[in-house]
Amino acid sequence: MIIAVPAEEKSLDSAICVSFGRAPVYCLYDTEKETSTFLDNKAAEAPGGAGIQAAQFLADQKIDSLITFRLGENASNVLSAANISMLKAPNLSIADTIANFLEGKLSSLNEVHPGFHHGH
Amino acid sequence: MGTKATIAVLSGKGGTGKTLVSVNLAAVAANATYIDCDTEEPNGHIFIKPTIVGEYVVTEPKPVVNQDLCDGCRTCVDACAFNALALIGKNLLIFDEICHSCGLCTYICPKGALREEQRPLGIVKRGRKNGITFLSGEMKIGESSAVPIIKALMREQSTDLVIIDSPPGSGCLVTETVGNADFCLLVAEPTIFGAHNLAMAHELVTLMGKPSAVLLNKTQEGENPSEIYAKEHGLKIIGSLPYDEHLALLSSDGHLAVEEDEHYHTYFKELLEAITKEARHASDSDPQR
Repeated sequence: MIIAVPAEEKSLDSAICVSFGRAPVYCLYDTEKETSTFLDNKAAEAPGGAGIQAAQFLADQKIDSLITFRLGENASNVLSAANISMLKAPNLSIADTIANFLEGKLSSLNEVHPGFHHGH
Repeated sequence: MGTKATIAVLSGKGGTGKTLVSVNLAAVAANATYIDCDTEEPNGHIFIKPTIVGEYVVTEPKPVVNQDLCDGCRTCVDACAFNALALIGKNLLIFDEICHSCGLCTYICPKGALREEQRPLGIVKRGRKNGITFLSGEMKIGESSAVPIIKALMREQSTDLVIIDSPPGSGCLVTETVGNADFCLLVAEPTIFGAHNLAMAHELVTLMGKPSAVLLNKTQEGENPSEIYAKEHGLKIIGSLPYDEHLALLSSDGHLAVEEDEHYHTYFKELLEAITKEARHASDSDPQR
């Protein structure tokens, strides 16, 4: 399976980005191949709907799980439709977060926020 | 007077006295239209107490998909400038509150799988009171943008003199009211926060090429950051309205100060004359008008 984590930088030592939709990069980890890749998030600079665009991008990458600090309602709806599980991020580096995931230490993300978009 | 002018009353922030100034200006004019564009919390009716003579629903179009016709080609998802669409498998997800009703997705869908559906957004009310033509927009609770309601208000028939009570802020809603104005009256409080928001409103009207002046509201003894801003940025100070508990009480009881207090009747009459003179002067000196 493939898990995704929003990252500040293209490094396994990077911190997890506090924002989901506007994270600069995503780390994708393949649990079978035990490989990680970093992909630029084109939605980071979107004027609006960044969460939707980012969720679409990750769904297209066929990820199975997303580990994030927080998630907007719209992005959550897209990920749910794609049967992607959402897990609560720990305050650790990307590498340690992946290790925690593999050890089954992460819990599911229960709360989603209504988004930060404000009018037009 | 017969002056033909549309005056937008605005401020960067809420609570500076836009409605106080707007309703009293409309009330001292012989024959004016007052338009309440504060669609999230319209309150001009509290002061003008109009008899409502007409009301209609303002709608905006939103795309609806026919999943039987959609083949998941993704043209609409890739084209949407607002990221209001997502495609998961063959299931098209539409996010109405992100959608700006531009119509592009419906237009470009190669399969004709999208159509637009009109959704109610709010209402426009028309009323009368003495010499005042009253217009007010009210957005439905839970909606996020009232731009179509403001556009509908701006299309309404009005008298020669129009006073627009703008929404607070300096975003899309305010650009709609400013865009329709001949002259902008900025209302500012004597605080650092007030001066900051005055600057935002002033930058907006300057950017839009609209003549403007500031009314310093709630002035008191001591330094007024809004006054300092105006002087430093060449913004004309058209008047000052000193803080007055009596005026605050009249307003909190829903009274029009110009009807209750001779001093304020004279004050707003003179303010209106000064504003219409400025607006006339601005349109005379603008060769494009």
